[in-house]
Amino acid sequence: MLPTPFEFDRASTVAAAVSAVGQEGEGMFYSGGTELLLAMKMRVIHTERLVDIKGIPGLDRIVLNDANELEIGSRCTHVKIAGDSVIREHVPALASLCANVANVRVRSVGTIGGNLCFGEPHADPPTMLGALDARLVLQGPNGTRSVHADDFIRSELETVREADELMIVIVFPRPTGPVTYRRFKHGERPSVNVGMAWSMEAGAHSIKSARVRVGALGSKPQPLKAVEGVLKGLPVHDAHRAIQSVLAAALDELDVNEDRHGSADYKRHLAGVLLLRNAEEAVAMQGRAT
Amino acid sequence: MTNVQLISFSLNGQPVEMEIPGHTLLIDLIRDRIGLKGTKRSCDMEVCGACTMLLDGDPISSCTTLAVDVDGKEITTIEGVTPPNGLSRIQKAFVLHGGLQCGFCTPGFIMAVTALLKTNPHPTDAEIRHYLHGNLCRCTGYTKIFEAVKSLAAEQVSEDAASPAARRRNFRLETS
Ligand SMILES: Cc1cc2nc3c(=O)[nH]c(=O)nc-3n(C[C@H](O)[C@H](O)[C@H](O)COP(=O)(O)OP(=O)(O)OC[C@H]3O[C@@H](n4cnc5c(N)ncnc54)[C@H](O)[C@@H]3O)c2cc1C
Ligand code: FES
Ligand code: FES
Repeated sequence: MLPTPFEFDRASTVAAAVSAVGQEGEGMFYSGGTELLLAMKMRVIHTERLVDIKGIPGLDRIVLNDANELEIGSRCTHVKIAGDSVIREHVPALASLCANVANVRVRSVGTIGGNLCFGEPHADPPTMLGALDARLVLQGPNGTRSVHADDFIRSELETVREADELMIVIVFPRPTGPVTYRRFKHGERPSVNVGMAWSMEAGAHSIKSARVRVGALGSKPQPLKAVEGVLKGLPVHDAHRAIQSVLAAALDELDVNEDRHGSADYKRHLAGVLLLRNAEEAVAMQGRAT
Repeated sequence: MTNVQLISFSLNGQPVEMEIPGHTLLIDLIRDRIGLKGTKRSCDMEVCGACTMLLDGDPISSCTTLAVDVDGKEITTIEGVTPPNGLSRIQKAFVLHGGLQCGFCTPGFIMAVTALLKTNPHPTDAEIRHYLHGNLCRCTGYTKIFEAVKSLAAEQVSEDAASPAARRRNFRLETS
């Protein structure tokens, strides 16, 4: 089906894109278009103006900055992140996540910024970026602001971003411990996924802190606080058993939508299985590191 | 509404310049306005790969790409990878291994395999499966398509000058 007609603008700077979307009438940023065009073809989104941001230089950079943080430009495609040497060195789990999003065509044009801004609950990056303690930098008519990845998605297909705020870059501290990610899917998109990132005490035998996020179950990724609590300060080799001791109660706290991907019990069970496998992998990685 | 856009691009090596409404989809431009009907539309939602074209060498779903996006770029369709007489080596492999029945998915598969072998001339079994996972076929059961691509992956093509070092640099996908 054809989308309904709209004006098409190309912006060559962030400021121009922001002001073009902010003009009267409803404008939207257009990046890879892999979500937006689908929704427009299905006529669930209508916009009077698309503002193409592909021509804005500098939005597809990936760097390790002076503050020892990784910066991923919002216009980076999944293919770019999957193949990027900096990401593969410092966060191989994220490279592998992006290498397995959707299919090769969506990966070659779809961007990480578009993925986050669409707020689709069955998505991979939001879960991982929550575990990585990322912040998302938005630029609007009144300057820039940072939003924590955990606070960005408000509910299904809804984020805290204003219509005329452009996501510029995603920033997170360079991981200093194992980062693991697993998903389960039977269609195109994940029906449950789990991301986990540990930071390590000096000597790397104990976990200083752990961040665990479960995604795709509710409208946005959720932390498993009880698991994070029990892992704090723990020797690596006790991690698996410790998680098991609190797992059932932790999973019960999760908000779960029942749908064609399965019942709430089934999905909670899957989340637990993925988490324990992540833990096994993290323990093994730490074994190699010490 | 000032919605008409002038675009110029290369289509299978030939320069094209035309005016189009901004909301035109690439597949409609190529099939209906230009008249190249080899590309097929099936799911219309980026899932099946029947509509695969190459944009500057990368596979895209032309069913969900705006025609304005190809301005200044190179588009390759199934017509562009088919020799004037006979078949390409990829097409021959599909025929030889029975990698098609009704043929509706075939143009999309050929384009995807073209892109795969360009970046990775000797993919592993896992890499073939991973790359083609987004192309659907309702006839063959995939095994024969896989065998066709595997036979190509094993071939040493004359223009393939990939050194062992270059091969190692090739994108090795981690399958999760
Ligand atoms: C068949 C299919 C399978 C998929 N499977 C998966 C999967 O397995 N896992 C997964 O995580 N995802 C999956 N996706 C989603 C995919 O990751 C996204 O479609 C893609 O990353 C979106 O990026 P885009 O650049 O195309 O966004 P667009 O479609 O261009 O934009 C999406 C939305 O974000 C806004 N936007 C885009 N960029 C910015 C920006 N920089 N600042 C502000 N707003 C912006 C747009 O206005 C629009 O509202 C799948 C999609 C498809 C079609
Ligand atoms: S018709 Fe475009 S992907 Fe199926
Ligand atoms: S040969 Fe019929 S769909 Fe593939």
